[in-house]
Amino acid sequence: MEHGWLHSSLIYLGAAVLAVPLARWLGLGSVIGYLAAGIAIGPWGLKLVTDAETILGFAEFGVVLMLFLVGLELEPRRLWALRRPIFGWGTVQLVGSTALVATGAVLLGVDWRLATVAGLALAMSSTAIGLSVLNERNLLPTHAGQNVLSVSLFQDISAIPILALLPLLAAVPAHAEGGASAGWISAGKALVAIVAIVFGGRLLLRPALRWIAKSGTPEIFTAASLLLVVGTSALMHAVGLSMALGAFLAGVLLAESEYRRELETDLEPFKGLLLGLFFIAVGMGIDFAVVLAQPLVVLAIVLGFVALKALLLLAMARWMDVALVERPVFTILLAQGGEFGFVVLQGALAVGALSAGHSSLLVACIAISMLLTPLVLLLVDRWVAPRLARRGTASVAEIAAPQDAPIIIAGVGRYGQIIGRLIDAAGLSATVLDHSADAVEGLRRFGWKAFYGDATRLDLLRVAGAHKARVFVLAIDDVEQSVECARLVREHFPQLTLIARARNAGHYARLRELGVQHIERETLDSALMSGRSVLEAMGWQPHAARSQAQRFRRHSIELLDSMVPHMADENRLISISRQGRQQLEETWAREREQQRGETERRSGGWNAPAGPPRIDPDAPPGNTTGAD
Amino acid sequence: MTEAPGQDPHPSSTAAPPRVLVLVAHPQLEHSHITRALIDALPPVAPEDGRPTLEVRDLYRMYPDYWIDVPAEQEALARADLVVWLHPTYWYSMPPLMKLWLDEVFAFRWAYGPGGNALRGKALWLVTSTGGTHEAYRPDGHNRYFFDAFLHPHEQTAALTGMRWLPPLVLHGAHRVGSAELAEHAAVFANRIATWPGWPELADAEEPPVCSVADQDRPD
Repeated sequence: MEHGWLHSSLIYLGAAVLAVPLARWLGLGSVIGYLAAGIAIGPWGLKLVTDAETILGFAEFGVVLMLFLVGLELEPRRLWALRRPIFGWGTVQLVGSTALVATGAVLLGVDWRLATVAGLALAMSSTAIGLSVLNERNLLPTHAGQNVLSVSLFQDISAIPILALLPLLAAVPAHAEGGASAGWISAGKALVAIVAIVFGGRLLLRPALRWIAKSGTPEIFTAASLLLVVGTSALMHAVGLSMALGAFLAGVLLAESEYRRELETDLEPFKGLLLGLFFIAVGMGIDFAVVLAQPLVVLAIVLGFVALKALLLLAMARWMDVALVERPVFTILLAQGGEFGFVVLQGALAVGALSAGHSSLLVACIAISMLLTPLVLLLVDRWVAPRLARRGTASVAEIAAPQDAPIIIAGVGRYGQIIGRLIDAAGLSATVLDHSADAVEGLRRFGWKAFYGDATRLDLLRVAGAHKARVFVLAIDDVEQSVECARLVREHFPQLTLIARARNAGHYARLRELGVQHIERETLDSALMSGRSVLEAMGWQPHAARSQAQRFRRHSIELLDSMVPHMADENRLISISRQGRQQLEETWAREREQQRGETERRSGGWNAPAGPPRIDPDAPPGNTTGAD
Repeated sequence: MTEAPGQDPHPSSTAAPPRVLVLVAHPQLEHSHITRALIDALPPVAPEDGRPTLEVRDLYRMYPDYWIDVPAEQEALARADLVVWLHPTYWYSMPPLMKLWLDEVFAFRWAYGPGGNALRGKALWLVTSTGGTHEAYRPDGHNRYFFDAFLHPHEQTAALTGMRWLPPLVLHGAHRVGSAELAEHAAVFANRIATWPGWPELADAEEPPVCSVADQDRPD
């Protein structure tokens, strides 16, 4: 780096800080912002940076981190459940797209070897853009989102055999090294590495993390998190496997560990920044010289390969029964080219399977398709999605016709569904909004007024009748979305009574600060019911157990409410919660004291009993108040 | 729990206007017509001289889960001079939440027993309605006793806690009351709340009985 690291960080950070908020303000999404920033500072923009490839190599680590974080969200059991979409649909997509693109190229008179390499490179889709977009729209848990993830994972896995096969496609056989035996050896090494990761992850990682966490130095835990991902990637790289795949595996293995949340929060900012850097590098990497030399060829290739892939994907979506409104996102995210395409092209170039000119032409095409994807998504959002929604009323509709039910329920997962059923049984009607097309489709089958839609969009809330309704039930499970929705409702529809579900104490505090009156912590009451059962199983009178649980409930809520103003200040928070525990203990001690007084009064005091006072230390306290 | 600071437990007529606390207990207020009409007839709960003179606590509304906030109830009682129990009569007695309120709020060492003087000097007024007609509450009616006979527990509760038991306001035959009669009843109720403690019959009424309980005895 000619300017030194200080200078280049100045350029990268400055470009990102300027371009991304600008893009978001224009409603274009952050990915376009990064790509535009890359083009602006790259060799074809202001020429501030010229070594795009160095940066790309570094920034690829953002993709690795992202897959690690995706892995953290997927427990092994869920991954196992996804094996069909991964291997089944993944194969259909990859083989089908390669065949279509290659056939098209051959028909146009391209040599079959070059056509196959191009087909393989162009069949890949950008995991980075795909997952970022799914995350931004909170679509990852939906049917379409899971399928995008599955196909992307399969592409990651298959990058390995593809790279191994490339030498076979070389026009001039590259120095025939190794042969079959070398292939077996490298396969063996790969197997050993995967086994090492799986067993190491199971047996060693958790004790190691526990030991590090015990040291009580937060930055060392962060360092350990990074080391974990870097180490896994290095191991995979050494045996010639995909780094991203290794990180994904490590993530899956830690998905059930107690450190999942901590790893997530530690790595999240690194992932975000490096991924941004990756997009900047892609933007810089677009070789506009190639594009300008043959603009029509580039245009034809981009339109051609995206259209062929899209056709296949639309057919797949139909076959897979992806909801109508989710099909555009599914198709567009997988129809674009992707960063693994770069890897394939680089590998092919190295073994002489294609020329440098062809390679840079294809790289430019892939990069342009990645640049266009977020733009196409925007257009589809604006023009196609509403039409699909109207057409799709038979299956799933984005809410389009104005609704006028007095109750709106946002989010009908496990929580919102119970509320909806209670309301339904009471003969009241509600308009239901959810971003999962599956859930909406299921509810519509039962005759509910359920609609597909994002409850954090003001226009959708209006159509749902938020300005006329009386009650708004906020049961969205994603904390950020829930807070955003609460903010919108408080600001624009102050007449609505907001009834909210809180995932945890922090969520509770944020809703309370927005002025939401009715908030329930989702686990409090069910846990208290179980607590009552425990007390009853230990021989308490059911009514005494109930009283104890109620007392605890009231205290817990009062304590949390007193903490809300201080949630930001952690030290103060700890002292309050310690004070709270003290108060609870004092209250209980006082109650026990009272209880003893009561027993004495019963046995002595006002009415002397015949026998000696019974003292039973294990006896549960009864009702402490009330005259006899 | 004792009186709020600065509050005279034995208010005289020269002090600030009397405070009236109305405790409403009706498990199905949405189906009630008597109790609701009486609530509607109450004067607005507005502060007078910066000090509200009327407080209405709807128990079934405040405690739908039967979990009574005892300290808050005791504070409300401490502020009041006249305590009104407004509820329909169920099985010759009060609705269950009212009874639970009584059990928990009129606590030992607070309302009775050693040091239990918090309610002394206040007045207790029962306003209730019965399904049975006036004729049913007679020795020859199907309820076999005059209605007064069912109120001995109330009277004794007042006596033990040192409260003055006021002549109850009872509406019989609640299911067949006409709208004119109901309006008249509600007007009487509102007038009594407004004129308390200047009720004519209280002028020559005797002082309430004092129950001094021997230390070794229990009240029940």
